[in-house]
Amino acid sequence: MTSDQEVSTSIRLEACAKTFDDGTRALEPIDLEIAGGETVVLLGPSGCGKTTTLRIIAGLEAPDPGGRVLFGSDDVTPLPIESRNVGMVFQSYALFPNMTVRENVAYGLMVRNVPKPERAVRVGEMLAMMHIEELADRRIDQLSGGQRQRVALARAIAVRPRVLLLDEPLTALDASLRERLRIEINDLLRSLGITAVYVTHDQGEAMAIGDRIVVMRKGVVAQIGSPKDIYYRPANAFVADFIGTSNRLTGHLSNGALSFQGGSIPWQRSEAAELTVMFRPQDAEIVAPTEAQIAGRIANVYFLGDRTKIILEAIGQGPIVVETTAQADFVIGSNVGLKINPDRIFEIDGET
Amino acid sequence: MKHSEYPRLILLMLPVAIVFLAFFLLPMARLILIGGSGENGFSEYLSIFHTPRHFESLVSTVLLSAAVTIAAVIISAVTGVFLERNRFPGREVLISMLTFPLAFPGVVIGFLVIMLAGRQGLANEISQALTGSRLVFAYSMAGLFTGYLYFSIPRVILTIMAAAEKLDPALEEAARSLGASRWQVIRDVILPALKPALIASGAIAFATAMGAFGTAFTLATNIDVLPMTIYTEFTLNANFATAAALSIVLGTITWLALYISRSIAGSTVAAAA
Repeated sequence: MTSDQEVSTSIRLEACAKTFDDGTRALEPIDLEIAGGETVVLLGPSGCGKTTTLRIIAGLEAPDPGGRVLFGSDDVTPLPIESRNVGMVFQSYALFPNMTVRENVAYGLMVRNVPKPERAVRVGEMLAMMHIEELADRRIDQLSGGQRQRVALARAIAVRPRVLLLDEPLTALDASLRERLRIEINDLLRSLGITAVYVTHDQGEAMAIGDRIVVMRKGVVAQIGSPKDIYYRPANAFVADFIGTSNRLTGHLSNGALSFQGGSIPWQRSEAAELTVMFRPQDAEIVAPTEAQIAGRIANVYFLGDRTKIILEAIGQGPIVVETTAQADFVIGSNVGLKINPDRIFEIDGET
Repeated sequence: MKHSEYPRLILLMLPVAIVFLAFFLLPMARLILIGGSGENGFSEYLSIFHTPRHFESLVSTVLLSAAVTIAAVIISAVTGVFLERNRFPGREVLISMLTFPLAFPGVVIGFLVIMLAGRQGLANEISQALTGSRLVFAYSMAGLFTGYLYFSIPRVILTIMAAAEKLDPALEEAARSLGASRWQVIRDVILPALKPALIASGAIAFATAMGAFGTAFTLATNIDVLPMTIYTEFTLNANFATAAALSIVLGTITWLALYISRSIAGSTVAAAA
């Protein structure tokens, strides 16, 4: 199998849709190109089609007729998962409870009839790479969650898969462990240079791991882009809300200014009569009422240690969230001005 | 636990202790004694292995029960996993029909076997119509096997379905992603996961088959299974010592089977019983 020796395989989905037997449409036709060695994160709330997309790439689900899955130049659409040479990591770890750690990692090599001496060497390498050598002879039920996921990763990469597919691998872990393992997975993906598809509903995880993020919603791709693109240039209100906190202002445009309750901002970039703009909480600051074109009232203040989160009311249609590192005392009920960094205001499609 | 609680606990356990003593320990002890009360004394127990009729009966009972157990476990494993994985119209009806034999006494099951494989049975009629040869197996080992299998399957299938329901589908997917074929998935993932249920329900099937009487009584004209032998010794020959000794041996073998399977499979046997 010469294709095994490729450093990294690109993935292409062509018009892959998925309709389940009961008629529900899990995925609208999706086209997706993933370059060799790239890490792409499929991000979205539950039921958005991200897992279905991953399973179509894996070969666990067949796309509706017309859809095609390509690994490099090979059309793998008709191949079941066992013939696709993919590595898979599951949220539930899915380690074989009747085998030791070593046997788990060796399993893929065993079913491929890799000779025993070579198998032992490769398993040793994998255990060393994941820092779990001392666990080699443990049973699975003697491992912690983090150790289990390390074993699952070692098992998936031991067979040198063409692509690595990770389905919410960190969701079952507690927060601090998740953070640590996230860094480890990130380093691992970079050092292997393997093409990886990573499914998560956690935007922080997506930002940290993805070269590109595919934000999905109700079976449709909402946006594809780098983490920065997605954060600062969300394609629509859904993406803006899903990735971090965002503030939205909807108003009327006249004489080069967008007006809404509480004030206005200069706006030359559009001709529409009515439009919605957004900005992030850290891209605005609280100033004296006289120093700003927007005035509001402090509804609530949350001191978060390194920064303070302030909720303003009487601006636009809803509460406005501002985060600041300033140490000033913010008094609930006082009238203040709001100054937004003009470079960080973006027009978005206001439909959610 | 405080010492002052002991009297209260002993009081609470008293009813159970009395029932256990009166209806289990005392009769068992008496049975053991009766077994040794014949003219041979306690060597009566050993004579079972020397009396050809008794020994053959013992061997054929164990072999029959073992064969029924293996067949029931294989059939139920395949059917149980299939029923757990597939949803189709009539599935619920099929499951309740498969568990139907639980409601029948052994005599009725024997009657069913006669209607299937007796002289006027369905099997014979079909065979006569197709090949012209007679096919009667109700009164042979094959007839007993059919009847025992019929009432063993529901005991096994329910346990296996419960275990199959708990199988994590991700385990199979993980094995397949690593390149495992369908057969390798069954061997390395499904069977190990079902193993406790297979052993537990197999032990129950074995114990039930060892002690089954009604079906054997209805059918057995020329085969002696152990419960039949006990019945004959007891009622026809009034040979109480032999009957008691045979009962103890039957019980011991069955208990041993349950005990061994229990130590292999964990404590699931008791729960399944």
